[in-house]
Amino acid sequence: MSIAAEAPTVSFSHRHLLGIEGLSRGEIVALLDLSEEAAKLSRQVAKKRDDLRGRTLINLFFEASTRTQSSFELAGKRLGADVMNMSIPTSSVQKGETLIDTAVTLNAMRPDILVVRHHAAGAVELLAQKVDCSVINAGDGSHEHPTQALLDALTIRRHKGRIEGLIVAICGDILHSRVARSNILLLNALGARVRVIAPSTLLASGIERLGVEVYTSMWEGLADADIVMMLRLQRERMTSSLVPSQREYFHFFGLDYEKLARAKPDALVMHPGPMNRGVEIDSNVADDARSVIREQVEMGVAVRVAVLQALARHLPNQ
Amino acid sequence: MQALTPDPRTPARPIALVNARLIDPASGLDALGGALIADGIVADLGPHIAAGAAGDAEIVDCGGRVLAPGLVDMMVFAGEPGHEHRETLATASRAAAAGGVTTIVCMPDTEPVIDDVALVDFIRRRARDTALVNVHPMAAMTKGLMGEEMAEIGLLRDAGAIAFGNGKTSLASAKVMRNVLAYAKDFGALIVHHLEDPTLAKDGVMNEGEVATRLGLRGIPSAAETIILERDIRLVELTGGRYHAGQISCRASLNIVRAAKQRGLPVTCGVSINHLTLNENDIGPYRTFFKMKPPLRSEDDRRAMVEGVASGDIDVIVSAHDPRGAEGKRRPFAEAADGAAGLETLLGAALRLYHNGDVALPRLLQALTANPARLLGLESGRLARGAPADLVLIDLDTPWVVEPERLCSKSKNTPFDSARLQGRALLTLVAGRLVYIYAAEPGR
Repeated sequence: MSIAAEAPTVSFSHRHLLGIEGLSRGEIVALLDLSEEAAKLSRQVAKKRDDLRGRTLINLFFEASTRTQSSFELAGKRLGADVMNMSIPTSSVQKGETLIDTAVTLNAMRPDILVVRHHAAGAVELLAQKVDCSVINAGDGSHEHPTQALLDALTIRRHKGRIEGLIVAICGDILHSRVARSNILLLNALGARVRVIAPSTLLASGIERLGVEVYTSMWEGLADADIVMMLRLQRERMTSSLVPSQREYFHFFGLDYEKLARAKPDALVMHPGPMNRGVEIDSNVADDARSVIREQVEMGVAVRVAVLQALARHLPNQ
Repeated sequence: MQALTPDPRTPARPIALVNARLIDPASGLDALGGALIADGIVADLGPHIAAGAAGDAEIVDCGGRVLAPGLVDMMVFAGEPGHEHRETLATASRAAAAGGVTTIVCMPDTEPVIDDVALVDFIRRRARDTALVNVHPMAAMTKGLMGEEMAEIGLLRDAGAIAFGNGKTSLASAKVMRNVLAYAKDFGALIVHHLEDPTLAKDGVMNEGEVATRLGLRGIPSAAETIILERDIRLVELTGGRYHAGQISCRASLNIVRAAKQRGLPVTCGVSINHLTLNENDIGPYRTFFKMKPPLRSEDDRRAMVEGVASGDIDVIVSAHDPRGAEGKRRPFAEAADGAAGLETLLGAALRLYHNGDVALPRLLQALTANPARLLGLESGRLARGAPADLVLIDLDTPWVVEPERLCSKSKNTPFDSARLQGRALLTLVAGRLVYIYAAEPGR
């Protein structure tokens, strides 16, 4: 193995990772290459590195999360950082301490990296303006979830060998989904053909201006797709009259074998999790050989290791 | 000019403002001349008022600059009573004076809500004792702004309420709106309505469309505004009540108002300075100083607003001055307070439309002075013999940078932070008293 493969040159010079927006194609590819190495590391017995030795990483989650938070925790520990998890569940109407007060308080504890999830779009960026450390967006409202898009792209690339030219259909609650936004930005940057499929009530206004083809029918939208990316549908969408019922949604937009047959025979089935089996995806399809949902979780750790490594190179040493 | 002091307590003395470009949008006057101010009114006016021909009056040489009626701002959210930490009538009035605004209408969304005769009286007394400019309270048209029970429109009007509104909410009930319009008509009272369908705008925080989608923010469609506007116009048709749409923000609303006017209905409308000079793209990376209601719309909508002022279909320009502290604005966008401070930048920002060649100066001033005064039934808003000496001397060309820390308003939430504006008030007079002198570099 060459030295270059061991430590790929990463042209990533940002202090924070706040979104896919603002990243160049080269930076995205570099992060994916670095993630590929990290994926190998994860499969070794000795998984430890010391990129973040002596550093403090705080997971600051204003919104509940299992897989994102635990994979950042694992990634930080593999790189030798001290990891602290803080869960601050809040309602959308905050009482008492504001986000900025929280940021200033945490900043005083001198962390090196903050991983932040918040229910409001733009909140992570706002917080990043108020702290001295590096900040990673682990999901802000309906805005962005950059590490999810990176892990999705990594999973696709490992199976298909490329992103460019692939037809990727993103299906479901586009309106509320930060995963959809980050994926649209990233997949477009790498030259994929992106489709979104949803009922009109779950499509964001002006979404076509983001460079996607818009479908309201799974039968049409899935035709010849290389990748079928399902999104989680939250139950409250039913009570707010966006869709009439779970069974109607599954009938028209749930991924079953019949609809999947419209895609290419070797199409990959993806889901960012957590899944609602029987709502947006048929249970058997989720466990089908074409499903790479479990691999997405594995790649999640690799991508987060890579992102932390990339940011570590720019952490101040004083 | 230096001899004059901006102290409202000194007795008003006769002043002759000479060598000025006199603009009176109400009469179409635009000529060189002077104005003699005595006893709080414009005692005389014309080319014959000149240095050496003004008797014992103090001479102020205006150097050919524009002398116009002071601005009449129909929409100011002062914090008094209830939110004095944001703004008091005193600080709002200082901001107004610095912006060439001589009359402000303060909105009823206070704590408590201005829905009672005693509160109208309170505002008027506080204004008399603390404010530099004329202050007129707008009263709530429903009790507590709840949209259910009509407020005492007749008694409130007699106490000095200049118009009636429902604050930052639209009446959800068409029936209540119908009754308010019909009842107010008997008193000749003006109804000023906010246009936003509460169910359609629910959860929305900015204009619906591509920009909101990219930012991951929920949108408010223009239809939230036009639905209420169309409904209200049907009710005006039914009742004959005098109706003013407080702020419109989109091209579709302009077309609706224009059509209503063509049908001869007693309908007028206003637009905020923000919707004339800014658009949704100014929000950029979640800048909360650009969060307001109605939301900033598309550039095409902004163009329509400018066209509406130029054509006269939009009657009034307001500041929609809404002071907000850091506790409301230093938050994630969706959770931040709506509203922008605007009294001191109203004139300078409006002059952008004149400098761009979009709106002729008399037309622009008309929407800032004569039109709101006429709608409100005020004597001011005119530069004419016998009119109140509420005047502003405007330098059309003075360049200045908006520095929040130098604004008189208690809250610094201006969307024009660091903006370069061209033109501003140099002198402001209220009832013949000098309430503001511009000092380019204080302390120099």
